[in-house]
Amino acid sequence: MKTDPVERKPLWREEFSIFKADEKYVSRRQLTKFLTLTSLGMFAGNIWILAKSWMYKEPSYPVKAVAKVAEIPVGGVKLFQYPGPEDQCILVRTAEDAYVAYSQKCTHLSCAVFYSKENNRIECPCHEGYFSIKDGSVLQGPPTRPLPRVVLERRGPELIAIRMQQEPEG
Amino acid sequence: MEDHNSERSQHLTMIDGAMALIFVLLTVQVWLLSATLDTFLAGHREAALPGAIVSGLLFLGCAVLYRFITRAERRSG
Ligand code: FES
Repeated sequence: MKTDPVERKPLWREEFSIFKADEKYVSRRQLTKFLTLTSLGMFAGNIWILAKSWMYKEPSYPVKAVAKVAEIPVGGVKLFQYPGPEDQCILVRTAEDAYVAYSQKCTHLSCAVFYSKENNRIECPCHEGYFSIKDGSVLQGPPTRPLPRVVLERRGPELIAIRMQQEPEG
Repeated sequence: MEDHNSERSQHLTMIDGAMALIFVLLTVQVWLLSATLDTFLAGHREAALPGAIVSGLLFLGCAVLYRFITRAERRSG
């Protein structure tokens, strides 16, 4: 009834080795295992993004009157909610007959952006992210994505929001 | 005892090499995950599939390296 001494070695002796090389070896092997599991976690993250992108449905936007033409002076601003009641947007009258509207949520860390009339651009007070008033693209600062644009249409005395546009055209 | 220690130091060299490689793969994977998430949030959903495939390959690389270590250990008893 002789058994192999390697097989009989209890786990604790392997995990709490008295040999220095053994000890280093075991802790590094465990670190390697941990790193491999971290890699699995990253992979799971990518799978989650993939599943989200497969389940994504193009949202349907309501058609909604957001302002009256006469109520905003040139260079003036109006805040409104679109497409949902929680989605704050900013409307700017840039010229006599030109209006632009964007989501007011900064694409960096969601601070509320505002229109700077002196610089004619949209600015974020949190980390000095600046966006172009023309198309919402990033001019400076930490944001990497443009501001989502609200597509407007003028119907008589009213400005109507039709849909959201994530990227500037062109 | 001498033999045991030299064998262990050989293993240590091996595991250090594998660990360095895993670190490199993991760094690329972290970058890939953040880049895929950023493009996804920007409304570009076409990057999700290639991102997941490459991430899977990187994970496979890590798993193969880990397996290599455990196998080598088992082989040497
Ligand atoms: S939250 Fe707007 S720049 Fe950081």
